Amino acid sequence: MSFEPKIIAFLCNWCSYAGADLAGVSRSKCSPNVMSIRLMCSGGLEPAFVLKAFKEGADGVLVCGCNLGDCHYVDGNYKTLMRMTLLKKLVKQLGIEEERVRLQWVCASCAEDFVQAVNTITNDVKALGPYTQIKIEAEAETSRI
Amino acid sequence: MDDDIKIGVYVCHCGHNIADVIDVEDVAQRARKSGNVSVSRDYVYMCSSKGQNLIKQDIMQLGINRVVVAACSPRLYEQTFQNVLRESGLNPYLLQIANVREQCAWVHEAGLQATEKANRLVHGAIRRVSHHSPVEEQSVPVFPATLVIGGGIAGIQAALEIANSRHVVYLVEREPSIGGHMAQFDKTFPTLDCSACILTPKMNEVSRNPYIRLMTYSEVTDVSGYVGNFAVKVKRKARYIDEDKCVGCGICQEKCPWSTASEFDAGLGMRKAVYTPFPQAIPNIPVIDRERCVYFLKGKCRACEKVCEAQAINFEQEDMYIDLQVGSIIVATGFDVFDPTPIVQYGYGRLPNVFTSLEFERLCSPSGPTGGQLKLVSGRTPESVAIIHCVGSRDKNYNAYCSRVCCMHSLKYSHLFKEKTGGEVYQLYIDMRCAGKAYEEFYERVQGEHVHFIRGKLASIAAGVTDAEEDNLILTCEDTLLGNLINISVDMVVLCVALEPRHDTEQLSHILRLGRSHDGFFLERHPKLDPVATMSEGIFVVGCCQGPKDIPDTVAQASAASARALAMISKGKMEMGAITASVDEVVCSGCKVCNALCPYSAIFFDEISNVSRVNQVLCKGCNVCGAACPSGAISTRNFSTIQILAEIEGVLA
Ligand code: FES
Repeated sequence: MSFEPKIIAFLCNWCSYAGADLAGVSRSKCSPNVMSIRLMCSGGLEPAFVLKAFKEGADGVLVCGCNLGDCHYVDGNYKTLMRMTLLKKLVKQLGIEEERVRLQWVCASCAEDFVQAVNTITNDVKALGPYTQIKIEAEAETSRI
Repeated sequence: MDDDIKIGVYVCHCGHNIADVIDVEDVAQRARKSGNVSVSRDYVYMCSSKGQNLIKQDIMQLGINRVVVAACSPRLYEQTFQNVLRESGLNPYLLQIANVREQCAWVHEAGLQATEKANRLVHGAIRRVSHHSPVEEQSVPVFPATLVIGGGIAGIQAALEIANSRHVVYLVEREPSIGGHMAQFDKTFPTLDCSACILTPKMNEVSRNPYIRLMTYSEVTDVSGYVGNFAVKVKRKARYIDEDKCVGCGICQEKCPWSTASEFDAGLGMRKAVYTPFPQAIPNIPVIDRERCVYFLKGKCRACEKVCEAQAINFEQEDMYIDLQVGSIIVATGFDVFDPTPIVQYGYGRLPNVFTSLEFERLCSPSGPTGGQLKLVSGRTPESVAIIHCVGSRDKNYNAYCSRVCCMHSLKYSHLFKEKTGGEVYQLYIDMRCAGKAYEEFYERVQGEHVHFIRGKLASIAAGVTDAEEDNLILTCEDTLLGNLINISVDMVVLCVALEPRHDTEQLSHILRLGRSHDGFFLERHPKLDPVATMSEGIFVVGCCQGPKDIPDTVAQASAASARALAMISKGKMEMGAITASVDEVVCSGCKVCNALCPYSAIFFDEISNVSRVNQVLCKGCNVCGAACPSGAISTRNFSTIQILAEIEGVLA
């Protein structure tokens, strides 16, 4: 059987989750490997959530927020942008390939952007193969960063 | 896990929508095997009353105390199912929805993989809901008074609507009189009724209405508190006139020996150092302009004092600060007009007889500097005019947006110019935008009045050399329909300048904690579905401070905002979002990292106990603070760290 990765998507409630819903409403098809978890704002994403996902066996993590300037909480997604930049460096140090973590802005009417992001990360992760836990167990045993 | 937790799982078929793609029975069966799940069912329509009753019965009969519904998006039916819990005596937040329709059945092909994903989503929800705890919905009382900032047509309309329902309104206006830009206009498009004739009665109504506390020559300097109970500080600038004594006879203005350019006449006419901006001013009480009054500048004069029989002049007056308590705030601060001086090739300020649209309004107005006669600087009646559209609008060097009113007022100017002089009119437009009731018809009417419409952007204006006593103006522009450069010689040019955000919008946005859009205007809560409210609960934006608009739209928006303010007052309280953050004071290290992050300034530092605290009314629950807290002391209700971590575990288990 071919490798079917498990990928977690964190979506902000206002734009990205709505965009993902719209993909369904418009019956677009995307890969079934991505499971979404709803947050109020992408800026509320604790970096620990991403590491936790890898610890629990995820092969990739997708983070989606509103387009810059459209965050429902004024500028939450700018914070996301900064945190994700740092987080990507951190995961690399932990031995996780950068391509396993992806940030994508998805507006409430951008169903296609969501579908594309889902398919892209699925393909990228499939190409990388399963994520095997190397360092993370030792270093991220704590639930917080 | 907690023995007391009894979870009920309800898997919806949604007719064929979910059941055709996902093996719903398998999902229900597998859920039954998870810890803490006491009952698990699948049903054809969970949202139907029969489906809802299934949940209710289980809650009452089996003692179910946590509910997972696997169905459509929580954005659609979360509230319905929350109500089911509420009606069954359970806190509505002991619910979690697994979205197996929009984000599973509808985006995947039928088969094992889709069912597997649904199982994971449901499992995540089961794990998450075990960590749910009751959340209390909060409400705050609403103080039944309203502040309206700005006394143009928007503010006047809003104030009257509220006052007519017998609730107190504070109307704060920066200038000595209410009326705003509309008072400066001559006629209004497309009906050509005189602006003053329709505005003045409303202004009078404001002064007569006992529920309106009018504060002119005043500014809002500080706003604190939150929806339902704002504390507002208003600076009442000294008028140097005793308002109670002044009878508005005007003798002081007559006798004052010092003149300066009149702001009301867009700088074309003169006013005195003690003045009312225009004869119909409300209140009809002058102010002494400190910057111009020679007594203030040189210490000598006081001529007005000598002639005032009412003894209303008081040079000792000082600025006063007044504190107000209001439940909601309507912002109606209007617009500034674009200053075309930076477009040097248009010669504004350099060439005579190049006017802005606002100046042209004053020239046309019977109360204006020329008594409504169109005159060139030399005093001659112009024989031709070029009206230039989009000056400072639709131009990426200045403002990218369309100012919306210019096409229509240009047409109005054509008509007025023809009426007053019978001369030639050239319209230089990019596109004609006449969207509005009876607007297109007005366009057609003016087309029939022998106006030259030239599609193209003006390149430059130069002074022509002629033998006449006065130079004419030579316009160079490209006619984009003919595809060639043309020159036009005219006596007068009107630049239809953009409507811009007030120069101090930034300052006011800080005072009110309001966001602004790219163009600098105040940002509404939602561009389509909520163009009146803002992200600051209890603060509304109306008229041109939210974006350029014409008078009918402004009035409609003002009425809408007052309806919203009145709804809050009549309800007496405001329900606040239940999803808010809170700080665990035992864990908080007092590092203050979160304080600066909050977009709503909802976090404050308690110096005594050395911890940060969240104001529950201001917080909107984004968890930006929670994500940043290095101690993990902040948690957002219903989106807490533990809940999300549990969901991650569940989905991946
Ligand atoms: S609400 Fe979507 S990113 Fe903040």
